[in-house]
Amino acid sequence: MGVFGRPEKQLVALTVNGERHDVALEPRATLLEAVRYTLGLTGSKQGCDKGDCGACTVLIDGKPMLACLSLAIEAQGRAVTTIEGLAKDGKVSPVQDAFDVCGALQCGFCQSGMMLSATALLAKCEKPNREQIKDALAGNLCRCTGYTQILNAVEVASGQRSVAERDERPTTQAQAAAK
Amino acid sequence: MLTLPPFEYHAPMELADALALLQKHAGKVKLIAGGTDLVPNMKHRLFMPEHVVGLKQISELNGVRGEGGFLVIGAMTSIADLARNPRVALLFPSLARAATAIAGPQLREMGTLGGNLCLDTRCVYYNQTHFWRKALGYCLKKDGTVCHVVKGGQKCVAAASNDTAPVLLTLGASVELASPNGRRAIPLEEFYVADGVANTVIEPNEILTKVRVPIPRAGLVTGYQKLRIRAAIDYPSLCVAVAAQQQADGKLEWVRMVISALGSKPHTVKRLEGFQGRALDAATIAELGQAAHRQCHPLTNINVETGWRREMIPVFVRRAFAEAMK
Ligand SMILES: Cc1cc2nc3c(=O)[nH]c(=O)nc-3n(C[C@H](O)[C@H](O)[C@H](O)COP(=O)(O)OP(=O)(O)OC[C@H]3O[C@@H](n4cnc5c(N)ncnc54)[C@H](O)[C@@H]3O)c2cc1C
Ligand code: SF4
Ligand code: FES
Ligand code: FES
Repeated sequence: MGVFGRPEKQLVALTVNGERHDVALEPRATLLEAVRYTLGLTGSKQGCDKGDCGACTVLIDGKPMLACLSLAIEAQGRAVTTIEGLAKDGKVSPVQDAFDVCGALQCGFCQSGMMLSATALLAKCEKPNREQIKDALAGNLCRCTGYTQILNAVEVASGQRSVAERDERPTTQAQAAAK
Repeated sequence: MLTLPPFEYHAPMELADALALLQKHAGKVKLIAGGTDLVPNMKHRLFMPEHVVGLKQISELNGVRGEGGFLVIGAMTSIADLARNPRVALLFPSLARAATAIAGPQLREMGTLGGNLCLDTRCVYYNQTHFWRKALGYCLKKDGTVCHVVKGGQKCVAAASNDTAPVLLTLGASVELASPNGRRAIPLEEFYVADGVANTVIEPNEILTKVRVPIPRAGLVTGYQKLRIRAAIDYPSLCVAVAAQQQADGKLEWVRMVISALGSKPHTVKRLEGFQGRALDAATIAELGQAAHRQCHPLTNINVETGWRREMIPVFVRRAFAEAMK
């Protein structure tokens, strides 16, 4: 026990976006607190802080998980990807690009979580249909967009919709064809 | 922002070490599996353990394998792995369906089967911040002396809200519990008790290690239906799990129905012996629905209308059997 009866900080080795960080953290620090307030990676958002909204979504070993419910100390030895890690060599990823050109955001608070969930989906399924996209993004809530542009953006990112038709609602035929 | 209360963290590699830690810090320790139930509850100050023991490093708690006539599922198997396991989908479609219906994608990757079976019961007066509960004067389940659901009630009736429990009950599953004194296997039917404060018989020094599900014979059909406000992410407001063993001639050998998310214990519908020998046709299914309806009385423990939750029971019994026989 450290001062004030609090457990002492421990050295925690986090691998975030391919870079190793040795940081001193209390065992109770969540992964979200660690990336935002210790590493300064504020792209991961703190929404509800209790598992409801998905704004804090990060990838842990490629799988979308909620940083607000993960203990930082349990992320040791695992590869954490935050929104800051999607761009490579100064170029945004196809998912980021599609969200941008589709105007798939308004306030932007849900976006990093959305894009990470979408990235995880496209890594395991190159051409997901509309239902699969909805399922994969079900744990990410958006207050603003009404979701249509977001779903369209994932279709654009996976080459199933052209930017020119980015605003069109999915036709019944398009949905049937996707199935 | 919801911060966690302070604790010391331990990550044992062996089950024996985890059990020793439970013993050593008895009364001041909690296990953490996926953390998707424990972490929000700790953030709400429903639990303030001085020690938290992580189960992620213990490899014997992982994996799905066949063993004799059973499918054995390790307690630390993630809900997502359960949902996408081809053997589970083939042998127990209702279990795969229940796993797929738990929370959203991120929580399914994090949450585990053991954590799901040991999920704390839920109540609109309990799953709240400390500030909120204090303003109300607390309740029986935590820090208080009254129940806000049943006026004058002496027993907490917070809702069993785990999706896999009702399904595994219909499948005749059992769980293995390890303690420093050895291991015991108990039928899931004896695992749950009607007490909202602690609705399982697991002792504080025990760890749930695995779930054993008997591999079905030909003719077993299973189904699962879940009522929730937002169909993509919410906890259940009502769960209906059914299983029926049919003979070669299609007549019923036995039928089981478990209704949950209403009271503190998943309810196994009683007195279904009379259905033995009957065909599983529309008339039988309608009677089964009525039997379940008669025995279930939802409470205002969650913020979803009780009338709706009750009237959906026969509807879900019908849909669950329709799905089972597809
Ligand atoms: C927004 C939200 C929505 C959710 N929706 C659903 C839903 O629809 N359906 C549903 O069923 N659940 C739901 N959950 C709850 C939860 O995500 C799942 O039930 C999950 O499977 C719990 O597993 P876990 O490993 O995360 O449990 P943990 O939080 O790690 O543990 C839960 C409890 O079980 C104990 N425990 C865990 N493992 C063991 C073990 N092996 N032996 C003994 N004790 C153990 C812990 O000490 C703790 O008390 C939801 C959660 C959130 C935050
Ligand atoms: S059922 Fe009653 S005692 Fe139990 S958590 Fe709800 S209000 Fe509290
Ligand atoms: S901040 Fe993690 S789910 Fe809302
Ligand atoms: S853009 Fe505002 S929450 Fe999604």
